Amino acid sequence: MYWLLNSSIGRKVIMSVSGIFLILFLLFHMSMNLTLLFSAEAYDMICGLLGANWYAIAGTLVLVAGVAVHILYASLLTLQNRRARGSKGYLASSKTDTEWSAKNMYVLGIIIVLGLLLHLWNFWYKMQFAELTGIHTGEHLPHEGAAYVSELFACPCYCVIYLVWLGAIWLHLTHGVWSAFQSVGLSNKTWYPRWKTISYVVSTIIVLGFAAVPIKFLLFNV
Amino acid sequence: MEKTINITLKVWRQKGPKEQGRFETYKLNGISGDTSFLEMLDILNEQLVNEGKEPVAFDNDCREGICGMCSLYINGHPHGPDNLITTCQLHMRHFNDGDTISVEPWRSAAFPVIRDLMVDRYAFDKIIQAGGYVSVNTGGVPDANAIPIAKPIADEAMDAASCIGCGACVAACKNGSAMLFVSAKVSQLALLPQGKVEAKERARAMIARMDELGFGNCTNTRACEQECPKGVSISNIARLNREFLKAKFAE
Repeated sequence: MYWLLNSSIGRKVIMSVSGIFLILFLLFHMSMNLTLLFSAEAYDMICGLLGANWYAIAGTLVLVAGVAVHILYASLLTLQNRRARGSKGYLASSKTDTEWSAKNMYVLGIIIVLGLLLHLWNFWYKMQFAELTGIHTGEHLPHEGAAYVSELFACPCYCVIYLVWLGAIWLHLTHGVWSAFQSVGLSNKTWYPRWKTISYVVSTIIVLGFAAVPIKFLLFNV
Repeated sequence: MEKTINITLKVWRQKGPKEQGRFETYKLNGISGDTSFLEMLDILNEQLVNEGKEPVAFDNDCREGICGMCSLYINGHPHGPDNLITTCQLHMRHFNDGDTISVEPWRSAAFPVIRDLMVDRYAFDKIIQAGGYVSVNTGGVPDANAIPIAKPIADEAMDAASCIGCGACVAACKNGSAMLFVSAKVSQLALLPQGKVEAKERARAMIARMDELGFGNCTNTRACEQECPKGVSISNIARLNREFLKAKFAE
């Protein structure tokens, strides 16, 4: 299995598989957030289930590994690709008609990581971290997720920051989804347009699902 | 109506592989729209020779879009602003009077500049030498219908085989990746019975050589297929990925 690490296609397979795993996580997280739209109690119950239970901790560790691999390989591939491009650039900037997101996946990735750090500080640190360590890091009990959400989104600037972050995620996913299947060879002339459509559908479902909560707070302030 | 234009050229000049290069500006007047881009460079060189200066070195051979020798990164496009043609098939009617046209060599770590606009594309030959052939005995010429190949598959193989190995894909790619070239060369054989015998070994060897020569990793930006003068599709890259993974899982 050494080829996964030392061949260009192998490294792309790692990006692809870790990416698909992260998309599945996003779908799960988004579905969980939707409960906030109708019941704060239901949301808090889910938060309680995902606290310091063994399966929540195991899931978190797998997720951290997935995120780490995806970021590590993105950085490695970007460095290698810059080197392959050579030290001399072109005088005329490229006029080739390509999608902006496809050329800026790493930049979008950096924005997503910055948003993720803020998100971990806003929620994870006050919830799972607080429950695991027993340290009181927030105003509420660790499983009272709904209270933390209302507290944060009471400030419209946080709603806007989270929406911008979701915008970056949408752009990243519109390229990422079809690209993941192309990289493992599951594409051809028939499937390319299908994957492309699936990309837009999946990224829009994920992002709209997540955006529903801050949008609700922006519009109704509750 | 024949149109004639006056243009300014910004041309990369570099005396040798190890020399520092720089852009030189040249003015050309009264260029006919029916002049091909390479004929325009011939006119420039004649002007330079008459002035006692060194002519601009650039690759070219057949001048009918078949050989894959011509290159040139013109105004931000490999093979210039027109689609599905090589530089030798580009005509000056695509430019306007008073235009400044930048003419640069292919840029990629694996394609070092030899002189002026000429780059060393021997790396492509090395990839072909690693496995871009059929070395099994395929016997004598069979009856035309003895090996039935479905029309869509024959078409796919022919489309892949239209790659002329010019290197525009590498020049267009922000990652300096040669995946479109390698995928075309793997596909044209992998699709046909004669090539299937060695398909696994071929994908493995050609990718290993490609990586070793310092080409980048494919990030699916599709810049290569946008600029390919022969319209080779990235569906070939998906096939190459598939062939490579099949080879590795079979190990």
